[in-house]
Amino acid sequence: MLSVEDIHTFYGESHALQGVSLEIGEGEVVCLLGRNGAGKSTTLKSIVGLTPPARGRVRFEQREIQRMATYRISRLGIALVPEDRRIFAGLTVKENLEVADQAGRGAGKRWTIEGVLEAYPMLAELRDQDGATLSGGQQQMLAIVRALMTEPRLLLMDEPNEGLAPVIVQQIGELLDELAQTTTILFSDQSVPFALKHATRAYILEKGQVAWSGSTREMRDDPSIQERYLSVA
Amino acid sequence: MKGSIPLVVMAAVLLALATLPYYVPYFYIFVATEVLIMGLLAGSYNLIFGYTGMLSFGHAAFFGFGAYITAMLLMHFEVPLLWAMIASMAGALVLAAIIGFFCVRLDEVYFAMLTLAFGMMVFAVALQWRSLTNGSDGISGFPLPEFGLGIDLTLADPMVYYYMVLVIVVLASAVLYLITRSPFGLMLKAISENPERVAFCGVNERRHRLIAFIIAGTFAGLSGALFAPFNRVANPDMVHWTQSAEPVLMTILGGAGYFMGPYFGAAVFVLLETWITSYTDQWMLFLGIVLALMVLFFRRGLLGTVLDRVMGR
Repeated sequence: MLSVEDIHTFYGESHALQGVSLEIGEGEVVCLLGRNGAGKSTTLKSIVGLTPPARGRVRFEQREIQRMATYRISRLGIALVPEDRRIFAGLTVKENLEVADQAGRGAGKRWTIEGVLEAYPMLAELRDQDGATLSGGQQQMLAIVRALMTEPRLLLMDEPNEGLAPVIVQQIGELLDELAQTTTILFSDQSVPFALKHATRAYILEKGQVAWSGSTREMRDDPSIQERYLSVA
Repeated sequence: MKGSIPLVVMAAVLLALATLPYYVPYFYIFVATEVLIMGLLAGSYNLIFGYTGMLSFGHAAFFGFGAYITAMLLMHFEVPLLWAMIASMAGALVLAAIIGFFCVRLDEVYFAMLTLAFGMMVFAVALQWRSLTNGSDGISGFPLPEFGLGIDLTLADPMVYYYMVLVIVVLASAVLYLITRSPFGLMLKAISENPERVAFCGVNERRHRLIAFIIAGTFAGLSGALFAPFNRVANPDMVHWTQSAEPVLMTILGGAGYFMGPYFGAAVFVLLETWITSYTDQWMLFLGIVLALMVLFFRRGLLGTVLDRVMGR
């Protein structure tokens, strides 16, 4: 469904991605692991065109998208749940959803605002609150649901658990499992247990390159992999 | 309850404006007319500044272009004022589309510099193309014709002109207000917060910014069309970059966070200018002091600060 072929991305002088290749099939849940600065976020941003790769190819359902504008990539069916503050803080919950809704493709929509609010009653209660007043977990929930409004077939999530309390992480995990039934997912994370629990395959990035890839079962069975690439020595 | 406060304030302001000529000295009819025209200029500017987050230093290009178009049409063809105003809006729309096409490609300081550069080019044309614009003297001495549509108005009467401006500015501002409250306005607000985030929601943010730029330019053209007959001249000062600074200052003075902020700022700006210049020539010095204090202590502007207090934000 998505294939990333040998992409190189630069931030000014710094060579952030040095030939990353990924392959994600329809219906898979894949995790990008790696230490801080390994290139996880950059990989996701390069896929959606926020930091377009200088070299290499990104193909989504046989179409080359590495030169496309971000909004076009989004309309093809790739949504990104970004890291950092994640939502429009000055807009209400409902307005946050409206921004993504207008961009949707009209006919055959699976998610409507009302439908989404019904499915996630926690957000319905907050519908008229400003984004800035939400807790971290609520913001993340809203960011994920907002991404759904664009009707993605591939959902990218950048460190969905960063800075969240364990009980919220569990809720996000449940939501992720639920979405995985219908959507292909690629997420980045620093926590190996979370990745092992929710993903079927993983890529480990190190210094802008893929250092290891394989199934999460292999990772679970071979602790040396984690030790070699992920332990903070 | 709190949501109705702006409405009540609005109604009171409108009532005051509608009855103004009956209780203020004759001179203040001129001042009020200028406030309304400048209010529309600043209000149109706030669509791109406050609502979309684009700091433009070239808004006078559209204001001045609108003024020139109306002045020339009145001078050479004696068309009814209504048609001249429509032509000014159309002209400003085209100019904004051309300038905007290049400017919205850039962000922040680069956007600001490019709008300034285009504004200076328009100024240079107004100054240099003497055969068309009459150089630094500008176009003056044009007649004030009928309004159009068979509506019988003595436009040369300042009171009549005031009421005409009041009606047009209120109508135009209502359109601007509806735009800010529309789904399109919501997009602008989202863009002002974070353009990247809007893009990966599948929104072509560059096109939204261009449309906002064009709408703002069009209404600036209308305010120019109202200003030329009022001022009885269209000259290069009206497209100079210092003229572009005025809507910026008015918006900051009144507060960019509320729709009425720039209008309020325009009123304060014009009144201060009127009062201070009657005592001293150093009006810019006092304006500078006022603005510095505003930015230091009332970030949200005069109206913004007051309304924030009242509404408990």
